[in-house]
Amino acid sequence: MSNPATLAVTVAGAAAIQPELSGPRGPRPRIAFSRRNIFIYGTLIFAAIYYLIPLYVMVVTSLKGMPEIRLGNIFSPPMEITFEPWVKAWATACTGLNCDGLSRGFWNSVRITVPSVVVSIVVASINGYALANWRFKGAEIFFTILIVGAFIPYQVMIYPIVIVLREIGLYGSLTGLVIVHSIFGMPILTLLFRNYFASLPEELFKAARVDGAGFWGIYFRIMAPMSLPIFVVAVILQVTGIWNDFLFGVVYTKPDTYPMTVQLNNIVNSVQGVKEYNVNMAATLITGLVPLVIYFISGKLFVRGIAAGAVKG
Amino acid sequence: MATPSVLVKDVTLNYGAVEVLKKLNIEVADGEFIVLLGPSGCGKSTLLNCIAGLLDVSDGQIFIKGKNVTWHEPKDRGIGMVFQSYALYPQMTVEGNLSFGLKNAGLPKDEIARRIARAASILQIEPLLQRRPAALSGGQRQRVAIGRALVRDVDVFLFDEPLSNLDAKLRSELRVEIKRLHQTLGNTMIYVTHDQIEAMTLADRIAVMKGGMIQQLDRPQAIYSRPVNLFVAGFIGSPGMNFLQGHLDTRDGMPVFKLDGIEIPLATYAFDGEGFAAKPAVFGMRPEHVGLNMGSDWPFSAEATIEVVEPMGSDTLVWTRLGTQNFAIRVGSERAPAVGDRVTLGFDPLRASLFDSASGMRL
Repeated sequence: MSNPATLAVTVAGAAAIQPELSGPRGPRPRIAFSRRNIFIYGTLIFAAIYYLIPLYVMVVTSLKGMPEIRLGNIFSPPMEITFEPWVKAWATACTGLNCDGLSRGFWNSVRITVPSVVVSIVVASINGYALANWRFKGAEIFFTILIVGAFIPYQVMIYPIVIVLREIGLYGSLTGLVIVHSIFGMPILTLLFRNYFASLPEELFKAARVDGAGFWGIYFRIMAPMSLPIFVVAVILQVTGIWNDFLFGVVYTKPDTYPMTVQLNNIVNSVQGVKEYNVNMAATLITGLVPLVIYFISGKLFVRGIAAGAVKG
Repeated sequence: MATPSVLVKDVTLNYGAVEVLKKLNIEVADGEFIVLLGPSGCGKSTLLNCIAGLLDVSDGQIFIKGKNVTWHEPKDRGIGMVFQSYALYPQMTVEGNLSFGLKNAGLPKDEIARRIARAASILQIEPLLQRRPAALSGGQRQRVAIGRALVRDVDVFLFDEPLSNLDAKLRSELRVEIKRLHQTLGNTMIYVTHDQIEAMTLADRIAVMKGGMIQQLDRPQAIYSRPVNLFVAGFIGSPGMNFLQGHLDTRDGMPVFKLDGIEIPLATYAFDGEGFAAKPAVFGMRPEHVGLNMGSDWPFSAEATIEVVEPMGSDTLVWTRLGTQNFAIRVGSERAPAVGDRVTLGFDPLRASLFDSASGMRL
């Protein structure tokens, strides 16, 4: 319903500024090639190329035969595409005494990563939940100790852990390494979960208590189902962290149980014979594939979770 | 005497050195609607959480239905609670939300279904049962939250500012519904709010709180017309009460209130407690109890000039001065004067409230 009086006023007002009426109207036009756009896109494209060139070189090299590599044109695409280096890296490359390629290390890494990720996330999420929602006596002290733990350099603890593992008879076994990874993931994951749970509305927790849910009931029925993003973040952090770990792998396992990263190093750094660059590149790519796939699958959730669990308090 | 539905006895709560509740006592009769009213930080929500068992008290006892529940878990206290942010479980349907507590209590399936059906019909949320909270509007969510308390079939309902997140129109609708619900069910209800309209309309009795203490606990009308101290007088009523600084004296043996050379006769004023004494005092008068240009049969009247006019729709608030002090008058909009008008204002000190300047207590 338009008011005639208001309309009349509008028209009269417009008449008073007649010359200006033909001026700009609606959204301001945008220039595609403004100086600002050229600068922004130029910088982004340059940075992208800078980071992609090594990957490009690796992929091309891994698809070339040795004779072609010896020509020395590392940037040129392969004249003859061959997947032999990939097969060799996976199945027949020699590391020390074994000549079954990376496959052994891959399965070792899987057997290390999966239980470590599951155990560390389950324990850390329960820790974080208890710290955030059940302010038990000594919670602050416990939390402080955990935070301090996150800042102690790993190197300090290597030897004591060797002794501990030897004493309980787990030194050199995969179980021992799983325990080490689970423990070292604890501080940062607990912090992550605590902050996420603390950001959930406290009234939900109170409502669940009035509804008679206990410690586990609230965790499994209320908190955990609401926390998918932070669980995804934790999975990504742990999978990439543990998969890429080299130090603990080389210290706490034996050649038979070496994880993939240690095996990769042994292939690439072998001193006898010809340096097979194509096999090395293929082996490196295979090793990096797992974290890469994880990122691609869960990228969106990862960003959401990181934003939600941003470190505070 | 009947067992009180809820009895809070000498409850104290400290957070470190901060005393949030100070030896607080309150007794709620069966079926009574009590509103805890106060500014933010006065401890009203804290008290509610203590009654619910969500906070441990530092000292004192809480009884519900004559049973000492001071150490009981929330679920064992026979209470249902409604929160400001609704606090619905987002991953469950409305039905899941309603049944969660009942499943935890291990009730048989048909009993759960029966109770949900009853609550849903009372609150008219039957069509929503299979939806998730995200697909509900604010008012619907709050209804479901009330339903969650309803299905528990408890004696005492606790409301923690349940309407604060709703817009003004919805708030007044749900306010009426809560009142209707109370009349239907006849449960004891304890309701926390900072909104005095909600408090006045809903309560059988209002407890006005400040600084962890109950300032006054009385029927809404008594709190409005006979506030016990300056804080309650200023907190209740919108627009707020006029306060005039002056002192008590006598003239010809009758008590008067003197300010800036003006004398207000207090012959009709009913003094409380210790009664009259000549000392500095504050004279309180509500803007709606002042007459403007209404003849001269008031016990007190004075000439004044209108300085500011605030139209509020049905009423208009006009600001003038009595002596040198600001004084607001509420008049019907059709009779509102203009800025600069000379007017005659008048009131009956019978409706005034006098407070001791030093202690702030009612005289």
